[in-house]
Amino acid sequence: MSANHDTAAAHEAHDDGHGHASLKGYLTGFVLSVILTAIPFWLVMTGAIENKQAAAIVIMVFAVVQIVVHMIYFLHMNSSSEGGWSMLAMMFTIIVVVIVLTGSLWVMYHLNTNMMPGLHEMSEMS
Amino acid sequence: MATAADQAVPTFYVKDEHDHAEGGSTMLGFWIYLMSDCLIFAILFAVYGVLGTNYAAGPAPKDLFDLSLVAVNTTMLLLSSITYGFAMLSMEKNRVAATQAWLGVTGLFGLAFLGIELYEFAHMIHEGATPQRSGFLSAFFTLVGTHGLHVTFGIIWLVTLMIQVGQRGLIAANRRRLMCLSMFWHFLDVIWIGVFTFVYLMGMLR
Repeated sequence: MSANHDTAAAHEAHDDGHGHASLKGYLTGFVLSVILTAIPFWLVMTGAIENKQAAAIVIMVFAVVQIVVHMIYFLHMNSSSEGGWSMLAMMFTIIVVVIVLTGSLWVMYHLNTNMMPGLHEMSEMS
Repeated sequence: MATAADQAVPTFYVKDEHDHAEGGSTMLGFWIYLMSDCLIFAILFAVYGVLGTNYAAGPAPKDLFDLSLVAVNTTMLLLSSITYGFAMLSMEKNRVAATQAWLGVTGLFGLAFLGIELYEFAHMIHEGATPQRSGFLSAFFTLVGTHGLHVTFGIIWLVTLMIQVGQRGLIAANRRRLMCLSMFWHFLDVIWIGVFTFVYLMGMLR
């Protein structure tokens, strides 16, 4: 019985997912987040990149990197916490989020451009 | 033979039950809740993505947003994230007073964030940029407002936990609750990364 208790306790401590928290981890995450936030703000506020589409892509890349930094250093995500189930749940969520976002934007963009009265006819006439 | 097998089966079940300690699955359950919350935000982001350019001849992001204010706001939320981290570190070292102090600092940064956001909203509404003005503004207020509501409830939860830690100390149940709020708080910061990138920064680029 006592052996059972010991394994249960050890299991609990291991499955915490927060056992990896350390001052160094939090500070690393914070410094990285500050840098990854400051650069896109600076880019947009100064207009450092002339091409707006290029600037949009650059700040999106910074956002994705910062989200990953937060996941690792603040939310302590790794493939082994909760026996891998939290990672699996996140993967599923990311897939659904990507489908929802790209699907909505793609469909509604085409709906907008194809339903625009006049524009379509004008391009056909010329 | 038969008796040996009968004995083996009950021992197996006893072991299995011991693995499910009280609150043992709370963290995973709360994580799954956060993932469902993430889907709510994904839908609101999609709505904003679709309606974000429908100004109805009203104000556009460039006329309304003040990026330096948003930068201050982002700093507040980021600082509250690191101070919550310090609260968790104090909790692991069993320091009740330090945990409460860091939670208090986190709450103050959260309140500063909310205050700045409400100031921004009031300013916009005063200029006539109400949620009813255009599709862009409806989607903007819904998305940013939902995030703000989450922060509000996070602060209420945080104050509740400060009182509970004060009354009962850092017992196992309170540690579990603090860990859940930690995930909730950092998750809100992750959502805010999406908000300031897609709504504010990309809005200014248009």
